[in-house]
Amino acid sequence: MNELLTATATELAARIASREVSAVEVAQAHLARIAEVDEKVHAFLHVDTGGALAQARRVDAGEITGPLAGVPLALKDVIVTKGVPTTAGSRILEGWIPPYDATIVERMRAAGIVVLGKTNMDEFAMGSSTEHSAYGPSRNPWDLTRTPGGSGGGSSAAVASYQAPLGIGTDTGGSIRQPAAVTGTVGAKPTYGGVSRYGLIAFSSSLDQAGPCARTVLDAALLHEVIGGHDPRDSTSIDAPVPPVVEAARQADVTGMRIGVVTQFKGDGYQPGVLARFEESVALLEKLGASIEEVSCPHFDYALPAYYLIAPSEASSNLARYDAMRYGLRVGDDGDASAEEVMAATRDAGFGAEVKRRIILGTYALSAGYYDAYYGQAQKVRTLITRDFASAFERVDVLVSPTTPTTAFTLGERVDDPMAMYLADLCTIPSNLYGGPGLSVPCGLSDDGLPVGLQIMAPVQADDRMYRVAAAVEAALGSDKLLEKAPRL
Amino acid sequence: MTATLPPYDDVLDRYDPVLGLETHVELGTVTKLFCGCSTAFGADPNTQVCPVCLGLPGSLPVTNGAAIDYTVRIGLALHCRIAEWCRFARKNYFYPDMPKNFQVSQYDEPLCIDGYLDVDVDGETFRIEIERVHLEEDTGKSMHVGGSTGRIHGATHSLVDYNRAGIPLVEIVTKPIAGIGHKAAAVARAYVTELRDLLRGLGVSDVRMEQGSLRCDVNVSLMPRGATQFGTRSETKNVNSLRSVERAVRYEVERQASRLDAGERIVQETRHFHEDSGTTSPGRSKEEAQDYRYFPEPDLVPLAPAADWVEQLRTTLPEPPSVARKQFATEHGFTELELTQMTNAGVVDLVRETIAAGAAPGKARGWWLGYLVGRANDAGVEAMSLAITPAQVARVSALEDDGTLTNKLARQVVEAVLAGEGEPDAVIEAHGWKVAGEDELVAAVDAAIAANPDVASKVRDGNQGALGPLVGAVMKSTGGSADAKRARELLLERLGGA
Amino acid sequence: MTTAITRDDVAHLARLARIAMTDDELDALAAQLDVILGAVARVQEVAAADIPPTSHSLDLTNVYRPDELVPSLGAEAALAAAPAAEDGRFRVPRILDEEA
Repeated sequence: MNELLTATATELAARIASREVSAVEVAQAHLARIAEVDEKVHAFLHVDTGGALAQARRVDAGEITGPLAGVPLALKDVIVTKGVPTTAGSRILEGWIPPYDATIVERMRAAGIVVLGKTNMDEFAMGSSTEHSAYGPSRNPWDLTRTPGGSGGGSSAAVASYQAPLGIGTDTGGSIRQPAAVTGTVGAKPTYGGVSRYGLIAFSSSLDQAGPCARTVLDAALLHEVIGGHDPRDSTSIDAPVPPVVEAARQADVTGMRIGVVTQFKGDGYQPGVLARFEESVALLEKLGASIEEVSCPHFDYALPAYYLIAPSEASSNLARYDAMRYGLRVGDDGDASAEEVMAATRDAGFGAEVKRRIILGTYALSAGYYDAYYGQAQKVRTLITRDFASAFERVDVLVSPTTPTTAFTLGERVDDPMAMYLADLCTIPSNLYGGPGLSVPCGLSDDGLPVGLQIMAPVQADDRMYRVAAAVEAALGSDKLLEKAPRL
Repeated sequence: MTATLPPYDDVLDRYDPVLGLETHVELGTVTKLFCGCSTAFGADPNTQVCPVCLGLPGSLPVTNGAAIDYTVRIGLALHCRIAEWCRFARKNYFYPDMPKNFQVSQYDEPLCIDGYLDVDVDGETFRIEIERVHLEEDTGKSMHVGGSTGRIHGATHSLVDYNRAGIPLVEIVTKPIAGIGHKAAAVARAYVTELRDLLRGLGVSDVRMEQGSLRCDVNVSLMPRGATQFGTRSETKNVNSLRSVERAVRYEVERQASRLDAGERIVQETRHFHEDSGTTSPGRSKEEAQDYRYFPEPDLVPLAPAADWVEQLRTTLPEPPSVARKQFATEHGFTELELTQMTNAGVVDLVRETIAAGAAPGKARGWWLGYLVGRANDAGVEAMSLAITPAQVARVSALEDDGTLTNKLARQVVEAVLAGEGEPDAVIEAHGWKVAGEDELVAAVDAAIAANPDVASKVRDGNQGALGPLVGAVMKSTGGSADAKRARELLLERLGGA
Repeated sequence: MTTAITRDDVAHLARLARIAMTDDELDALAAQLDVILGAVARVQEVAAADIPPTSHSLDLTNVYRPDELVPSLGAEAALAAAPAAEDGRFRVPRILDEEA
């Protein structure tokens, strides 16, 4: 394979900056790779050849410099891009061309990053496999009969199949971390409020965060620094500098760090191979100089049900705007039908089954007479989960767990069983409810030969800690070379 | 064929009315509540919209600090308690003029609570209690096309303009207003008038009912005289002037009584007020009550107005309108009765501004109260919405004072200004409506005498009554611009009458 | 409390959410939601009477912007994606409900 494809983002940026290779050459190599393999992987929904090459040319002309200038990137199609189709994986936005750019897109453009195109995802970020995409699922480069996780499976699959060294995903209940774990790549969810949500098509507003996907921890950290930081256009954005994630990724030293193993995240439902790799990673961290203790977070057992009340409730409101009146799909407008009828017909035709399920669930949880018992109660459980994190972080610096209970499942295995699908998010959901950062780094292969991810969770605004631990594990295990074991596509 | 309704005063001998008034005020901030689009009235459709107020996927709201400032000032002026901590909430329902199909509003945590406003009706003071003052975003505007009346019924489609979507709206809700008896309609009108003046005085809105920057929903219910349990209320919308507030109350009182008298129930419903007939008609009844599924707005963080900031704002409040009005009356020598008349007609500020522009107080009052209010009523608008400004009225008054215009000519000039012909001086120039100068008058007088020798000799012989036709002749030949009084004087001089 | 969710319940919710559904879809959804609700109702097992709800995970308050103009999109861009437009406005099918 062309070594421009297997190089890390850090390496590519350095070679472009030293003019050893041009950004255009790098972009072309990746566009060729997409043409070669994406028919099998289906990571991309839209490839923006013209836009990518134009940006690459700007970098080559010296107009933009920076630590990631000229590096190609795969962007989850939930992020709004001006002049470039944005669908959120849904029929209801098929053909929509946004008139504005998300803040993180503006920042990436200014940093010289070359966005190759928009990647596949579960519709409106609701799912754990990309099987709920209206445009067909993506496939796991490790085994094309398996899913690459979700909702951001497209970005992770693109990175794992060398179609881009970098990706952007969004994580509401684990949608960056779980795909990273099952594709053998790195994926991080920043502290809530650490990255602007302006231009991030909303699923669950109090939980959504955009974050980096990469093949190395350092690459992810560099991207995190580009996209993070205060945005006055996002009222929920933190007005403080991005935590020193790059420095932490470079240092990679865990001596003296206190690491907590979450008691609740093991046992039945966890694949033995996943648990084995996890325990080995913990032992490794101890060898590297960290102290380990078990920490019980009892309310984590209620995180999944709380999440599946809060997220659908917010989603039912966020998705109300898709009504055929101002943009997007319009169905049934025969000149006689009323606006109400056209709205209902359009939403029926434009939304998939999972989205409809969650909208109805959310509508129920918010409705008069049920609010207190469902949404209201879930918000209280959220407080208790936050308190669990707070007391845990009085004793330890980070918490660790397997990222997800199993390795990649097969296409079709869980798609008709919502509850089974939801279990993929068991370990990742608590940090979304708390608002703290979480990261998945590859920590080996399971007995079935498929990748396993180690999840590291840190306190709010202490994102650097998780990069530090991840980089240490990566270095010790050679995790950044794990992908070399994946079959050739 | 509708049966005649029982008269208002008869009804209120037998029933006690209870009112509830909900007022929506468009704040006069430069930009919208959650984005930097302009709030200016009258722009071309959809030219004042952005991803945020259009509700495009991915957009997020950021609160306009000035809107909070204005809302707190309104709350303080209404003697409310200001919340120490509160949130915006989403009110979820579908309607094509709502870009997000939820309205960001406040639900169980309004910014201002439990205040009051005192209003005066014929010397009696009523304390209207205020339940809450909260902030929300306005919706877009739809035009219904194809039906006969421009209303929804019979329309084939609608056209939506989102310029208004996102404009900050303050909602002021009274507690039930009881114990007002026959003065119900007058109290309702007085409350809205006083509230309007208060808001204008605060400088938070241009409060123009016919432009929609002040909207009033009138809730009315009746209970048998002396009862304690409130009856079922109706809510009447589309009440676009102070006069309409009064008429809507009157009509609802009569309508509800006619049903109750016949043993029928009052349906809790929303009704629409008709300006032309002064009646209300039912809106489309909804099959199910709306479930708005309120929850705290996750895209916005809580509001926590600091106590010292609130107190500092309190010191910047102007005098309440009633105090300001008394000062104004004293300053310009108006009697209590004159002040009451101007207040009831809603022209106090207009008279004040006309005086400030140089007119004598009595003249200013006379023009507004004695002439322009009538013209406003004819057109079905508030006096402040007429196409003539206090400055223009003052100019006309000045031209009358210096003899350039007779009162008759002055009225013609005012009519021309109202018709949009321009400034008073320009109008006079265009029409040539000056009072005839002395020379022109003398010439006209001589001509009239010469043309009417028989009449002239009658006058010479001492018959002053015969002057009439000669004055008429002078008026005719000067095109009406002669000062009749002066013409008469000159004629008498010439003809040597006593 | 867990109430078994019926097809009528789902039909009511679908109306509230403006999604047209066939009877078969309603039945299928009611069955699925019953299972899901049974699972999420677990939140009621937690004793939380005195616990305040969390609506925002951040501690932020009072985030404002100045009352200053920012350029608008322009009518052309605003209407560019409209399914139908007329006279510079969004054209929508006839509306049945009165404004709330």
